[in-house]
Amino acid sequence: MDKCANIFRLGIKELRILLRDPVLIVLIVWTFSGGIYSIATTTSMELHNAPLAVTDEDQSQLSGRIINAFYGPYFKPPELISLDAVDSGMDGGIYIFAIDIPPDFEKDLLAGRHPALQVDVDATMVTQAFIGSGYIENIVTGEVNEFVQRYRGESLLPIGLAIRTKYNPNRTSAWFGSVMEVINNITMLSMILTGAAVVREREHGTLEHLMVMPLTSIEIMLSKIWAMGLVVLTAAALSLYLMVQGVLAVPVAGSVALFLFGAALHLFSTTSMGIFLGTIARSMPQLGLLMIMVILPLQMLSGGITPRESMPKIVQAIMELAPTTHFVSLAQAVLYRGAGFELIWQNILAIIAIGFVFFMAALALFRKSINTTV
Amino acid sequence: MKQPDVCIASVADLSHRYGRTTALEAIDLQIPAACMAGVIGPDGVGKSSLLALIAGVRKIQQGAVEVLRGNMRDRQHRALVCPRIAYMPQGLGRNLYMTLSVIENIEFFGRLFSQKSTERQSRADELLGATGLSPFRDRPAGKLSGGMKQKLGLCCALIHDPDLLILDEPTTGVDPLSRRQFWQLIDTIRARRNGMSVLVSTAYMEEAEGFDWLVAMDDGRVLATGSPGQLLEQTGTSDLDAAFISLLPEEKRKDHQALVVPPRTAPADGPPAIKAEGLTRSFGDFIAVDHVNFEIGQGEIFGFLGSNGCGKTTTMKMLTGLLPASEGTALLFGRTVDAHDLAVRRRVGFMSQGFSLYTELTVRQNLELHARLFHLPQDRIAARIAEMIERFTLQEYTYEISASLPLGIRQRLSLAVAVIHGPEILILDEPTSGVDPVARDQFWHLLIELSRRDKVTIFVSTHFMNEAERCDRISLMHAGKVLASDTPAALVQARGKTCLQDAFIDYLEEVVDEKTSTLQSPPADRADLPPRRRTRSVFSFLRLFGYAHRETLEIRRDPVLLTFALLGTVMLMFIMGYGITMDVEDISFGVLDRDQTPESVDYIQHIAGSRYFIERSPIVDDTDLDRRMRSGELSLALEIPPGYGKDLRRGRNPEIGAWVDGAMPFRAETITGYLQGMHYAYLADLSLRHFGRVPRFSRADIEVRYRYNQDFKSIYAMVPAVIPLLLLFIPAILMALGVVREKELGSITNLYATPVTRLEFLLGKQLPYIGVSMISFFGLVALAVMVFGVPLKGSFAALTIAALLYVTVTTGLGLLMSAFTSTQVAALAVTAIVTLLAALNFSGMTNPVSSMAGIGAVIGNFFPTTYFLIISRGIFTKALGFSELSRNFFALAGFIPALTILSLFFLKKQEK
Repeated sequence: MDKCANIFRLGIKELRILLRDPVLIVLIVWTFSGGIYSIATTTSMELHNAPLAVTDEDQSQLSGRIINAFYGPYFKPPELISLDAVDSGMDGGIYIFAIDIPPDFEKDLLAGRHPALQVDVDATMVTQAFIGSGYIENIVTGEVNEFVQRYRGESLLPIGLAIRTKYNPNRTSAWFGSVMEVINNITMLSMILTGAAVVREREHGTLEHLMVMPLTSIEIMLSKIWAMGLVVLTAAALSLYLMVQGVLAVPVAGSVALFLFGAALHLFSTTSMGIFLGTIARSMPQLGLLMIMVILPLQMLSGGITPRESMPKIVQAIMELAPTTHFVSLAQAVLYRGAGFELIWQNILAIIAIGFVFFMAALALFRKSINTTV
Repeated sequence: MKQPDVCIASVADLSHRYGRTTALEAIDLQIPAACMAGVIGPDGVGKSSLLALIAGVRKIQQGAVEVLRGNMRDRQHRALVCPRIAYMPQGLGRNLYMTLSVIENIEFFGRLFSQKSTERQSRADELLGATGLSPFRDRPAGKLSGGMKQKLGLCCALIHDPDLLILDEPTTGVDPLSRRQFWQLIDTIRARRNGMSVLVSTAYMEEAEGFDWLVAMDDGRVLATGSPGQLLEQTGTSDLDAAFISLLPEEKRKDHQALVVPPRTAPADGPPAIKAEGLTRSFGDFIAVDHVNFEIGQGEIFGFLGSNGCGKTTTMKMLTGLLPASEGTALLFGRTVDAHDLAVRRRVGFMSQGFSLYTELTVRQNLELHARLFHLPQDRIAARIAEMIERFTLQEYTYEISASLPLGIRQRLSLAVAVIHGPEILILDEPTSGVDPVARDQFWHLLIELSRRDKVTIFVSTHFMNEAERCDRISLMHAGKVLASDTPAALVQARGKTCLQDAFIDYLEEVVDEKTSTLQSPPADRADLPPRRRTRSVFSFLRLFGYAHRETLEIRRDPVLLTFALLGTVMLMFIMGYGITMDVEDISFGVLDRDQTPESVDYIQHIAGSRYFIERSPIVDDTDLDRRMRSGELSLALEIPPGYGKDLRRGRNPEIGAWVDGAMPFRAETITGYLQGMHYAYLADLSLRHFGRVPRFSRADIEVRYRYNQDFKSIYAMVPAVIPLLLLFIPAILMALGVVREKELGSITNLYATPVTRLEFLLGKQLPYIGVSMISFFGLVALAVMVFGVPLKGSFAALTIAALLYVTVTTGLGLLMSAFTSTQVAALAVTAIVTLLAALNFSGMTNPVSSMAGIGAVIGNFFPTTYFLIISRGIFTKALGFSELSRNFFALAGFIPALTILSLFFLKKQEK
């Protein structure tokens, strides 16, 4: 009972101190509002304004129609260049795509001679190259068929393929980006806040002060965990309701409450990691460097940015030990696909287990570090 | 003592402010030349600001400062007199480099004053001999004792034979023997170097008694000037401490009353409150506390007297259980100290060095927090807080944030917090450092009251002699050992001295083997040395090299930084190389086959046979499909309608349904692309098998050629893009930290106080980081080629040249960032955010800059990574050379002067 009171008191102290730090407050508010907005609306890995060049050696009605068929948002209006400018333009990375319409393309087509049109693709721009070349093929084929048959329509295939996209029918990247950013922020901020709180207490000498009072390490740690966890959880909830669902109008398929429940468990392990790092680091700059080395891999390799299944097996196996991997999987299932508890209980178990391990490790180290401070 | 008639420096109407705090308020002073002039007064009265302004290290805000017959506002004059002034900032070795050895430090300063190697060495030898540091030539500065650090600082200050030596509190925190040696050294040097003026500030009044001329300062004002004798005469007092107090304005003095320590009443029976037996603590091979014994009775005030780093703090930490003892035992109330014994902690109060309060909380919140953590009964808390506020006279500050309180008040609050639970033992670690004499006396009043009235046992450490004299008993400590323990009077008597200071020095001389005899070395044959050239050069490679050499040594000796620079780069390369993979492979899919005919099985096998797709167990019904897609197990579900086989045979164009998981949109796009491709391939295959020919679905062929990366492996595209990113990120951060660290640690003073120019400073610091970054570059290329298997198709030489240009730019970017920021944390955050944001989003990593519009395009075009990215990709994947990429090389080169000029513009040669 006394312990609970201590944990509560110390946590309130953490909150008060946080409130007095304008830089951290701005950081929290910005990452969960403006930061999410800008990420959701700007970056996309999909085809967007792709630069395209066309060499029109045909100068026919058809070639004109093909050129006019490319427009935003997928492509920039095509630039008409000469054949010898293609190489330098591609080499310099100015164009991702260069279409060459050969001489007499229209004449050959109408004569049924199956002329060939060339598309050069800069494959170093991997996603754009792949998705864009598919689009170009579709657009050109469409124009050609329409021109020949004077009517536009799919040629009937022996077997049809009806592709439907679930959960995000229009494949709007803002849906993905905004929610993933909330998830990344939860991990990042909770680690930074707790880590910085530990280092600050040590630098100010107040940690020693706590250690000579009738308090145990576990109480000091738990107070930081609940206080910082609560701050981040509240910010994340507000962000989901106001920013993601409100301003960005992203539909959330599943139960936000279930997601927040998962997030709370996840926060237990990330704040423990934060304390862990805060005890290793001797100073704030060292903590900063450590954070970069830990947070970047957590964010990049846990499936929140690129699909996990395409990573090397060994990376996948290692990342199974990171709480973020399970949390990202849980969040995607709940928020995008509307999964219920029965589909994510394995993730939850994993998060709890990992969180417990990190907490125990942090606790052991925390005690030890206090005993060896010079 | 000759009466000086010329001024070495004079200030008129000088005021200086830091934000809203006033450091100096309209000061007028004439400081006599060729003598030992002292500025006395407690901490924070403006002594340091005054000295820094006279040294030309700080920028003058208001008023005039004239030094060596010239205006210190004038840049020309400053540059001219700078080599004639030496400035040693406050703090133990603040302008020294702790990882550098003694001789390396001295050599560095020699280079800053453009001394050639032979001159440097002869001067260094002479100074080392004079200061007795010769035996420690190769010891890192950080491992020297406080006194030795100060001697080294003096060597560095004297390397260029200054006419004016400015020392800011050179002896604070140094043991009395070293202090005495230090002043003897200064005297020797002055005797040798006739006409040298020394301006020194100190908080030890007893030292100032030996000076020729004094300025007493308080609250940014001058209280009085004159020789020590004149000051004593003026105030009618017998010592400077008393003289200073009587010079203070009335309102400050009124709370002050001479301190009387009432005798201790008969000690109570029972075990001693604190007892140490052979207490020892070692850190590695360094023994901080060496077999210390003492016994403190209940209600006694027991003092630990010793210099910084002599083991006082470590001993106290062992008593509080913060540090386990390596050997020996510590007993509180007759019980062995146990870190887990919470009950004992309730009976002890602790006040650590530097008043560890929660500075972000108010006075009341601090008291309340501690009251609650000690579990005072709920109904007594309010009363106890009120009592504390009253007793420690904190009434006017109750609701103020602790950080905004004056030091003396903060100190009282700290004590209030330490005793709020009514402890029986109070352990205080240097509770009065940095506080003015009046506040110190008030603080001691409270301590004496606690001891005599409340019978609290007080264990206090200090480096002030007059405080030690107030204790019932003291222990003299040096280098981890207790030299003697007794009442102050008995100690003085035992050594046959008149004051505690002399007695302490006597004890010290017994154990210290640092010989003082070298001090008496005859004046060196100075005639042999060439006269110092006072020529001024605008740019000196020697000074630049001085900085570059020193920085290289520091980097080599900082394992954390080097690890981050090299190992971190490699690690991030792995993470990003694998992490930012755009490949979509091994997509798990399931099939709901409602047909179950050979035709449907044929189709499924075709899809499952590709390397992109992996088949999971068949889907049984709609619910199963829904559930497994929701859980993320399946990214793609195919539904083959009933009658598919029959329809296909009869040419009735059956349709297969496909559901793609759209949660990750770009993956959905890619899956769709693959599926369509596989579908068409199946149709072609089917037609070939049935009709012997490949059907045409269009009247024209579209031939797509994937250039530069035919295998479409994302790693070939990403690795050449990650290299520019890492060569931006890490060099910029390291560089920014490198400069800001000097700002934080104080060694930036060397830029302000020596003739080194800003350009020499910047380039000198930059060179080693360029070197480190180039090592990273070679490592990254090796990693790319050998581990990731990305072929380097173009010219390695061209890539190396581009990398050299690029890391020069990125370290330059770090320099620019460091010009703005003043703390390492800020430098780290700003540099990381700016570089990452711009590089990831706007430099053409995933979208070419040519596809951007608006602000993104502007940032992209003015960001160096854009150009190096094109070069790196061009050389790695497109086999391009210098001629095709020349535009980008020139763009990169153009950043170098631009960034250097900007940094020069923002870096100041004086402190604000």
